Amino acid sequence: MKIVVDRDKCIGSGQCVMTDPAVFDQDEDDGLVILLQPEPPADHQAAARDAAMICPSQAITIQE
Amino acid sequence: MTRTFPMSRQCPYDPPPDYGRLRESEPVSRVRTWDGTEAWLITRYADSRAVLADRRFSSDSRRPGYPSVSAASAVSRRQMRSFINMDDPEHAHFRRMLISSFTMRQVEALRPRIQSIVDSLVDDILAAGPPVDLVQAFALPLPSLVICELLGVPYADHDRFQAWSRTTINAASTAEQAQRAVTELAGYLGELVDAKDREPGDDLISRLVVNQLRPGHVTRADVVGMARLLLVAGHETTANMIALGTAALLAHPDQLERLRTDPSVVKSSVEELLRYLTITHSGRRRVATEDVTVSGQLISAGEAVIVAGDAANRDPEVFAEPDQLDVARKARQHVAFGYGIHQCLGQPLARVELQVVHGTLYGRIPTLKLAIPAEQLRFKHDMIVYGVHELPVSW
Repeated sequence: MKIVVDRDKCIGSGQCVMTDPAVFDQDEDDGLVILLQPEPPADHQAAARDAAMICPSQAITIQE
Repeated sequence: MTRTFPMSRQCPYDPPPDYGRLRESEPVSRVRTWDGTEAWLITRYADSRAVLADRRFSSDSRRPGYPSVSAASAVSRRQMRSFINMDDPEHAHFRRMLISSFTMRQVEALRPRIQSIVDSLVDDILAAGPPVDLVQAFALPLPSLVICELLGVPYADHDRFQAWSRTTINAASTAEQAQRAVTELAGYLGELVDAKDREPGDDLISRLVVNQLRPGHVTRADVVGMARLLLVAGHETTANMIALGTAALLAHPDQLERLRTDPSVVKSSVEELLRYLTITHSGRRRVATEDVTVSGQLISAGEAVIVAGDAANRDPEVFAEPDQLDVARKARQHVAFGYGIHQCLGQPLARVELQVVHGTLYGRIPTLKLAIPAEQLRFKHDMIVYGVHELPVSW
């Protein structure tokens, strides 16, 4: 699995960080998404899919 | 058939029963609002997310055809527009100035302070003895204190700004009453912005003044508009979620008992009550800028759309047995905070406040109960944000 984030689309809702703080973070300065693990290990993949589904601005894309 | 919107509830905790019928047979249906404006009402979860994420539906309240919620709301949006009624790139310009104050990390850092406010309010309630109106003693002061500290608004002025806020979200307010309330609130916040320009403090309005107003990125009116949105949204919504959520739990004692005795459901109980109650029951408003087809129905450019989040959050396609309150349910995909670029900016703060409340209140007052018969509770049918007017409790 590969995760791609689009910071131009991101609105900083924090939903992804809440879903899995090991994979997603928010920038201290602008609050936008920071991808910590573009290729998350198996035990974080379900959460990554949830984060992509919940993200309100559809800024997270999952490539299988 | 064109129905009148909003429709009537039967049970105070459930959306109008017509929503269920429409979701099944006419998911994009025609409704007429308070001033005769016709709009398309969206009741399915998938359609709601699709519309709210689609840039072809505008949030700009100045567009012809935009369906305002009430006379009061039309006035306040005309007079003090904020980024919830703008489209990108204008919307993003303002929203991005605020995001860094509402990140998960920033808000988590407030958790100890929020816990100490909750603890001291509960101390006061216990000291006062029953009966106590939980709205005035707890639900309203908590988010008001938190947002005042964050913005740098003196809490001592809460009677004034809460009254102005109530007038603007009361669908029964006249245009004149709303006009006066909006003008007075804008005047109050304008003076506060000027005071912070003379002497900035360590608060959000001061940061906007120093980082955005002084270099000319925004106008004084823009700062006032942002302050007003955060102040009003920051206390009205959370206060109603606390009071109505408590009322709903008291009406479902098995769920309250589960929450009181099992700390592992505190977070999910917050999400479930957000889903189940969806207090923003007046719908998310949009106007189509192009022809768009939703669930087979053509919505033409210029037509108004109302997304009924409360209907979407009871969609059985997404939530099994949606009319059951289940504090252990995994409900985080609800649309109670909206969806798309306008999803609530303050949701991390709302979540932490509600989590602290749910993790504290029912444990510290384990025998909490209504002090009046349930059928005497007065629900906020007329208000743009749903809730209870008072919640008399004893223990």
